[in-house]
Amino acid sequence: MARGQSKREFVGRSLLGRAKGHGAARSGVGHWWMQRLTALGLIPLVVYCLVSFLTLADAELGTARDWLAAPFHAVMMLLLVAVGFYHGALGLQVVIEDYIAHETRRILLLAAMKMLMTAAAALALFSVLRVAFGAGG
Amino acid sequence: MIYRPQLTSVMSILHRLTGVALALGMVFLVWWLVALAQGGGDYQLVRLVAGHVLGRLVLLGFFVATIYHLANGMRHLFWDFGVGLSLEGVYRGGYLVLAVTGLSVLGGVFLLFFCGGA
Repeated sequence: MARGQSKREFVGRSLLGRAKGHGAARSGVGHWWMQRLTALGLIPLVVYCLVSFLTLADAELGTARDWLAAPFHAVMMLLLVAVGFYHGALGLQVVIEDYIAHETRRILLLAAMKMLMTAAAALALFSVLRVAFGAGG
Repeated sequence: MIYRPQLTSVMSILHRLTGVALALGMVFLVWWLVALAQGGGDYQLVRLVAGHVLGRLVLLGFFVATIYHLANGMRHLFWDFGVGLSLEGVYRGGYLVLAVTGLSVLGGVFLLFFCGGA
């Protein structure tokens, strides 16, 4: 193999690997970047929904449903749930990876956490849509 | 005393603790949304719990934890751009976050315990 070709191949792979986030740490910067991106997105979502919650915590069923059924409110809530659970799962992942040294336990706990977070998010998203489309019981 | 905790390390672990608490506490957000969709007795139970003084205290805790994690998270985002990363800046930002959190305690108590509606 020519010396130049070998070098080009190595550099090419290295760059592709870096672009796909598969460095020495395997997951690379993907996790770090998504944690920051979701954090940024959560700033307006949390502020908006927090203010809304404080005015709705004690509301009658009809009042709370009417609020949630408004398109803007429904979308804000869907985004809060989706981005919030994603950010929460990324954060819990770091905590689990930091404190659970036993590899089998760590992998099982990570899998259980991700499944539970996904299930909880799905339940919340479906409930918002159900209220928004007026099919509540 | 052998080890004196610093503002920076205490605030760092608080960020993690509030983060975990908020992630687990999202169960309540899910419960509220499911009850809204279900209606009837399910929603009445949410109102009962949210209206009780213990429920109010839990809500106050989540409110304050949210404000702290939000404010300190923004401090982290500034650091990511190299802003406020000097020793002086780290302390100044830390005191600012603590001040905002302190105000949120006052605001939360006022809204949750002295305002009729919420």
